[in-house]
Amino acid sequence: MSTAFRTIKDIPKEEYFAPGNRLCAGCTAATAIRQILKASGRNVVVVTATGCVEVATSYFPQSAWRVPWVHIAFENAAAVASGIESAMKALNRKKKSDERIHVIALGGDGGTFDIGLQALSGALERGHDLLYICYDNEAYMNTGIQRSSATPYCAAATTCPPGRLSSGQSTQKKDLVAIAVAHGIPYAATACPSYPFDLMNKVRRALDVEGPAVLHALTPCPTGWRFDTDKGIDLGKLAVMTGLWPLYEVVDGVTKLTVQVPRREPVKRYLEVQGRFKHVKDEDVKRIQERTDLLAAKFGLGPVRQ
Amino acid sequence: MKRLGLSGNYAVAYAVKMADVDVIAAYPITPQTTIVEKLSDFVANGELDAEYVNVESEHSAMSACVGASLTGARVFTATSSQGLAYMHEVLFMASALRTPIVMTNVNRALSAPLNIWNDHSDAMAERDSGWIQLWASSAQEALDTTIEAFKIAEDVLLPVMVNIDGFIVSHTYEPVTLPDEGEVKRYIPSKPLTNRLSPRLAYSVGVVGPPEYYYEMKYQAVDAMERSRQRIKEIEADFNRRFGKDYKDINAYYMEDAEYALLAMGSMTGTARVVAESLRRRGERAGVVSIRWFRPFPFERLAEILEGVRGIGVMDRAVTPGGPSNPLFVDVASGLYGMAERPVLQSFVAGLGGRDVSTDEFGMMFSKTKEAARSGRAGPCIYVGLRE
Repeated sequence: MSTAFRTIKDIPKEEYFAPGNRLCAGCTAATAIRQILKASGRNVVVVTATGCVEVATSYFPQSAWRVPWVHIAFENAAAVASGIESAMKALNRKKKSDERIHVIALGGDGGTFDIGLQALSGALERGHDLLYICYDNEAYMNTGIQRSSATPYCAAATTCPPGRLSSGQSTQKKDLVAIAVAHGIPYAATACPSYPFDLMNKVRRALDVEGPAVLHALTPCPTGWRFDTDKGIDLGKLAVMTGLWPLYEVVDGVTKLTVQVPRREPVKRYLEVQGRFKHVKDEDVKRIQERTDLLAAKFGLGPVRQ
Repeated sequence: MKRLGLSGNYAVAYAVKMADVDVIAAYPITPQTTIVEKLSDFVANGELDAEYVNVESEHSAMSACVGASLTGARVFTATSSQGLAYMHEVLFMASALRTPIVMTNVNRALSAPLNIWNDHSDAMAERDSGWIQLWASSAQEALDTTIEAFKIAEDVLLPVMVNIDGFIVSHTYEPVTLPDEGEVKRYIPSKPLTNRLSPRLAYSVGVVGPPEYYYEMKYQAVDAMERSRQRIKEIEADFNRRFGKDYKDINAYYMEDAEYALLAMGSMTGTARVVAESLRRRGERAGVVSIRWFRPFPFERLAEILEGVRGIGVMDRAVTPGGPSNPLFVDVASGLYGMAERPVLQSFVAGLGGRDVSTDEFGMMFSKTKEAARSGRAGPCIYVGLRE
């Protein structure tokens, strides 16, 4: 078992995710990846689904990846990762290779919730020893902010615009961690790069367990959510402090909150700083608050600050 | 040397076992399924030490194969028809990323209507995917070609698809001679290739190739396919020498003095040969040409074989609706275009969706081809056995 990160001195100085990539200013997915690779170390192969991170980090002849990295297609990161894990297992067992490599698959919400869900389910069911991380910016940001099944209720996206007959996204976000846990996997968790120690320790624990692990990280997107580029980390904190994004882990089916929220902020504070919620009406805010209250009750978060 | 009664599918499974593959990722589909069933038996009994990945789809099968192959492991999968079509996008990635995957495609018609029987529409739809395509027309040839396929794939770093006709080859039991296991091991030693995903290398694989680079990257795979012509010839010669066989890019029967001939791929060339033999007994100068490598297409040797032949009937088991003609015909026609004296080409479509093609119908194709040869003019495509 690897040791936990407690203070900033525990965090490796090595940067395996290079600066100078083509991600947008203020992209918190980039922050998350930097933290993920610090936690994993260099003995890892990262399989990335098509998406923002993939196109913005591998534009030939440059690459932001200082660890082995592979991209094949949009919907198959979990399947490609399954193949790599199986191959290394066979090569190790047959004494054809002595390299021991962790396998991390990385997909956006489109590549995870929508087009890649089947491949993910297959990989989890088969029990491969890999970590699947969804960096969730809540829409198809790479193709220009189209809605996905991870886009939250009422958010505006280019394929669910608000209008005379619409208040933006009409559906609720899927519960990805619950879907993952339903496969009987040993480890699943939520995370947010605004809580780096929480995220990095979860990556370590996920890599330590034998079998599949899923990490669902909320990564605020200034371009798609329409907020100032210096506000991403604050917005992540606000998502957690409002109770919209509880930070927890599910170890062998047992759920444990990892960041306690004794006094919740009202969701209005989170919504009003983002352009994608600019159009929401008071009754929408009320509905979102009610749903968040239910979520908060489920995870044992505190009451809303008055 | 051991002689067994094996179906074409089982013969393939024995070849894969002898190749000591590291990873098999496969999904069941008729008529391929008995290949991967047999392989899972071998794994379950400890006769083959491999990771058997029961993927949830063919798309994931090919994706897992590409990932596994990048580590340098030896990788196998098998599919048919809809399964191959479902792999479509990943097939292009497998070839462009130069992963030496070996796959058996048990040829079956594409839906709709749903049809599990044999034709070549599945493989023809993937002819531009950058895969080497070999065709075997007996259980013995299926076994031998699969062993060769590993050698070829790992030598030229391109994936190889070995095609066998659904049911006709896949499910027909024939006496099959297993090659000497030690000789197979010496021919294709199971030694991993470079692990392109090793932390020691930290490569980025499958990157974005902008317009300034995509073209050259794509050309490398095109060039590899071109250069594979010579290498496959050498590898096949080595195989023939080691195992006492006589495999070639094109099998030509009675072509030394042929006036006209039928050209086809796969198991139906067997019937064509039987009919040609009876025509020969009647003094007809009929011949048969069977294409064994479809990609790379052996057009130079085809032109040599057809030197002096006046008419060719090209039998397609797939269609290209709205095209100038059907896939095999188009390749043959453009492959022969450079000949000073070209034979007349008559197009036939036969045996779609597993429809039997009788010896009488082959007789008709030979006689139509002869007519075209004598008149110097071919008619429009003939759909053999099609009910009005």
